[in-house]
Amino acid sequence: MVRYLKYLTPLLVFLVMVWFLGKGLYLNPRDVPSPLVGKPAPVFSVANLGDPELQFSSEQMKGKVWILNVWASWCRPCRDEHPLFVELGRQNMVPIVGLNYKDQRGDALQWLRALGDPYYASVYDGDGKVGMDFGVYGVPETYVIDQQGIIRYKHTGPVTAKSLEDKVVKLVKELQG
Amino acid sequence: MKCRQGMGRTVACLMLLSAMVVSPLVQAKEATLMQADAVLEKRVMALAYELRCLVCQNQSLGDSHSKFAIDMRTEIRDQMRLGQDDEQVTEFMVQRYGDFIRFRPPVKSTTYLLWFGPFILLALGAVVLFISLKIRKRTVKTMPMSDEDRKRADALLGDK
Repeated sequence: MVRYLKYLTPLLVFLVMVWFLGKGLYLNPRDVPSPLVGKPAPVFSVANLGDPELQFSSEQMKGKVWILNVWASWCRPCRDEHPLFVELGRQNMVPIVGLNYKDQRGDALQWLRALGDPYYASVYDGDGKVGMDFGVYGVPETYVIDQQGIIRYKHTGPVTAKSLEDKVVKLVKELQG
Repeated sequence: MKCRQGMGRTVACLMLLSAMVVSPLVQAKEATLMQADAVLEKRVMALAYELRCLVCQNQSLGDSHSKFAIDMRTEIRDQMRLGQDDEQVTEFMVQRYGDFIRFRPPVKSTTYLLWFGPFILLALGAVVLFISLKIRKRTVKTMPMSDEDRKRADALLGDK
């Protein structure tokens, strides 16, 4: 037995390493855990995208489950996920706030006219200050925020039909009770 | 440059002359400003090299030319101008982007394995070495050399 162990040990060590390295291949390095999940969402007050005179405060959303979608007209993947939000917006089940990030108002408004506007409110973060408070480092990003203003989920990158349904919509329904 | 006649030229010459007199003063002022900025810039970059650029993950904020890194450096600079120290700026970043933004992970319960894992492995290796040496000592017997062996060895070594 001991003799066999001598030869088997390197093989076992090798297999364990293969398992770990193989697992590593399927990890997404962009999936950085957000320290904000489970914490209160940063409170912000910014101008409306269409009407700079109009102020929007995140306090307005207290008591509601809502989705914050960070996007920009210069962001190619935003275009991919947008139809999904248009569809979700049509269902009227949850207010989606669109945070237009480091963009030009004109470009953004034209983008919404062309591709559809699913947003309950569209707000403008031209210098990216709100984005920074949320720890945004790539657009698009999507957050689910609950009635108490706690961030319950963060999705980095474009959502897919599956991830929107399985993660976001499911969680929203759960939170709405 | 030679100053020639003509109203326009005279004015130009006067301007040049005054510029020559005044500019050292302006430069001196700018130099002190630059110096203050250079100190700040040094601090900004020193910290930027300690923080990860989340877009181009294996580069630091100091190395990267991405828009994200430039924005982050601007933020660091703005905060330092407001008198925040390195610790406070780092804390600001960690609150938003998580510990992942730091190239030097802090020692805390979730990173114990990372910090102390190598030492555990080292200790484990030492134990394995110690035990296998012990086992070896038991299995390897000392065999006294016979006269025959000694003769053969002498012959091979060319000794008498």
